[in-house]
Amino acid sequence: MSNLRIWLLQALVLALLVSPAFAFEVEEVTSPGGIKAWLVQDKAVPLIAIKFSFRGGNALDPEGKEGSANFLTGMMDEGAADLDSAAFQKLRDELSFKMDFDAERDHFEGLFQTLSRNRDASFELLRKVLTQPRLDAAPVELVRQQLLLSVAERSEDPEQVASAAWMKLMLPGDPYARESSGTLASVSTITADDLHAVHELIFNRRTLQVAVVGDIDAASLGLVLDRVFGGLPDRPEPQALPPPEITEGPVLKIIPRDIPQSIIVFGHEGIKRADPDFIPAYIMSEILGSGSFGARLTLELREKRGLTYGVSADLAPLDRLGLFIGSLGTRNEKAGEALSLVKQELARMAKEGPTAQELADAKTYLTGSYVLRFDSNATTAGQLLGIQQDDLGIDYITMRNSRIEAVTLDQVKAQAKRLLHGDKLIVTVVGQPEGLTN
Amino acid sequence: MTFRISGLLLACLTFIAALPASALDIDVSEFKLGNGLHVVVIPDHRAPVVTQMIWYKVGAADEPQGKAGIAHFLEHLLFKGTAKYPNGAFSQIVRINGGTENAFTTQDYTVYHQRIAKQHLSLMMELEADRMQNLVLTDANVLPELLVVLEERRERTDNDPSSLLAEQMSAAMYTAHPYGKPIIGWMSEVLQLKRQDALDFYRTHYEPNNAVLIVAGDVTAAEVEALATKHYGGLKNLAIAEPRRRTLEPAPIAERRVILTDARAGSPVWQRSYLAPAEATANGKEALALQVLADIIGSGSRSRLYRALVVEQKIASHAGAWYSGDGLDYGSFGFYAAPNQGVELTAIETAIDAVIADVLKNGVTEGELDTTRNRVTADSIYMLDNQEALARTIGAALATGRSVKDVLDWDRNLAAVTVKDVSEAARAVLERKNSVTGLLLPGAEPPITGGVQN
Repeated sequence: MSNLRIWLLQALVLALLVSPAFAFEVEEVTSPGGIKAWLVQDKAVPLIAIKFSFRGGNALDPEGKEGSANFLTGMMDEGAADLDSAAFQKLRDELSFKMDFDAERDHFEGLFQTLSRNRDASFELLRKVLTQPRLDAAPVELVRQQLLLSVAERSEDPEQVASAAWMKLMLPGDPYARESSGTLASVSTITADDLHAVHELIFNRRTLQVAVVGDIDAASLGLVLDRVFGGLPDRPEPQALPPPEITEGPVLKIIPRDIPQSIIVFGHEGIKRADPDFIPAYIMSEILGSGSFGARLTLELREKRGLTYGVSADLAPLDRLGLFIGSLGTRNEKAGEALSLVKQELARMAKEGPTAQELADAKTYLTGSYVLRFDSNATTAGQLLGIQQDDLGIDYITMRNSRIEAVTLDQVKAQAKRLLHGDKLIVTVVGQPEGLTN
Repeated sequence: MTFRISGLLLACLTFIAALPASALDIDVSEFKLGNGLHVVVIPDHRAPVVTQMIWYKVGAADEPQGKAGIAHFLEHLLFKGTAKYPNGAFSQIVRINGGTENAFTTQDYTVYHQRIAKQHLSLMMELEADRMQNLVLTDANVLPELLVVLEERRERTDNDPSSLLAEQMSAAMYTAHPYGKPIIGWMSEVLQLKRQDALDFYRTHYEPNNAVLIVAGDVTAAEVEALATKHYGGLKNLAIAEPRRRTLEPAPIAERRVILTDARAGSPVWQRSYLAPAEATANGKEALALQVLADIIGSGSRSRLYRALVVEQKIASHAGAWYSGDGLDYGSFGFYAAPNQGVELTAIETAIDAVIADVLKNGVTEGELDTTRNRVTADSIYMLDNQEALARTIGAALATGRSVKDVLDWDRNLAAVTVKDVSEAARAVLERKNSVTGLLLPGAEPPITGGVQN
């Protein structure tokens, strides 16, 4: 037995003996006014991170007003209630809180971080931001200019062009396939009234989910929750959209650009998070396309042949469907060869599945690395919110590794066969690719 | 960087700004092993996780003439294997134990790092110590990796007009000093790099007395000292240590202007950078004063530049300034702005020059200085929530001749900066002869990039 095998065995044994210990507990806090949040108390650093979301993100943008939810994220630090933009930003800097909003496809998310010594004054400003954004004319125009610039830049960025085109090709006409930052035309026409309408539509206590990590106890948090979120309306959600129409592959679209390296985005339908087989499918996708050394696509395209700096493929579960999306960049003359190899690897995984060793290695990686996702207040809050959005239960953190360990080789093979279709890929290529034709 | 960090579609990326740490009330320990390896321990007991980083005090600016890119290429090759851990075993072992890893190269240092559950720290040290001196390179593992580096250059530079502008501006800034070469190297030289070039560079620079080991996380100094002695203590210094002597830049006499016209640019960009002292070379409080100046003039939506160009004159979407002081030999002080649609870059330049002229004439106010002090104090507290950022800040300081104390005392030192210090630093640096102005203009034709001029 070579040195390598001995080492791998020893390392493996070590990894199996020690499962990551979590140094914290998650508690569910219900405020006096009935608002729920998950809390991890940690007084080691005098900071509090709160991450929250409302269901309904940029997929709710009205037709012709694409980019509205994204526009609203840019307005959140431009004044609220009695404070105009300048007064708000002055207070924000004095209190040193940090605020960041993001319009995802299915959620509108916020991350708010404050020094614990400024807690009450900072949360008072968050209350004003969430309940009474001003959307004054001058800052609306200022942010519009920033968004127009960002749309112009995205329209020339090869990766952005390839992925936006891929979504349009995959889900034609569906809100998921719209330009989430909007178009030059839509961003030009969005008004303050449109933004107020998006605010009304999305900021709803009924769909609010909250995760809090840091230097605050449950009783204090209860009061904060009521003060910050209590003034928001509570009403039924808009009716869910039907599942998207999906394009049947294979389809290849080349978007010519004068660049030395072609960017290739590939994929097809994937799997939703709620699917009972999500975990075996996730392990399969990890073995195929994690992008780390040893992952099959990286091994074949990068390590053996030097065709790319990076190739990866992932499951991308959304509320109304799941996607499987990958990407790579390769010099134009190798585009055809690189895409053929991708197809070949998908077909091989679908036919044979992973080896027992690959599955064992993926399991020890996934279980061993889970603890790395919980090493700061902000990242831990992000994990807790994600678990709530996916409705996985408050005990998920303690259960998750045993669910991965329980997966069998046959389950992973079955998911590879079910999900991967190398002969039916939807592909977009930006560049001057050789060896490919529309 | 060895791995691409991808942010396509649904992925989410957070960029960690390289903020200066300040009066960080933590118990950082440091010691040296008998072979000169400098070890630093940064405790953070919130999660059972450790970060190991090894910093070699060698970077692109230390490359021999004609070998641009060899420092970065070697960084890629360090993942190839040793006699004891051949064929990618390093990465495989990190991975099956639940760790993540990467590496990066700058002009002045090269860094390899892993994050992993704390019980695997000994194993990580065993692996990292092994590849400090036992690397095995063959044409079979070197040649495909050179193709990977060429793809990295295409992806990150040749495909991207704003990266090309930055590369051209650096080349114009440094007429003699090696900071003018891109870290990844010029295409013409990278194409020629050989296995032997990598080995020569490795054997000259990868030594225990030329490295800093940083361990951050759920460990004690005593644990780290025992493990580091066990794994790294037996390494010998095999090469003769040479001082890092780079060609000094002749004192600048002519302002320079770089104009890149590229059809692939989504919008025009205006930039300027001034040659400045680095923290390691600055006299007295000059580097601190430049940090304060950059904050007041150009950081965030309440800075002078943003207020003037974006809020009041409404000619730009973004405008700001920065000071980069973590080089070994030189720093730079920069300005940037993105014009609103239809605004000419000349109008942007005039407006920025007016802001610069005002600060040169009238200096900054006590009120502005207080705002910056408040921000830096808060930033240092936020940094306590980011193990990796803190480790990186300390590592960069030690790799460029500064101390742990310089980092931990940042806001105490900064509190001593006066408005007079800021004015003097501004006048010393913000002279046009020290500067390169860069314009990116969308044009009809793309340049042919990634090529070599015969």
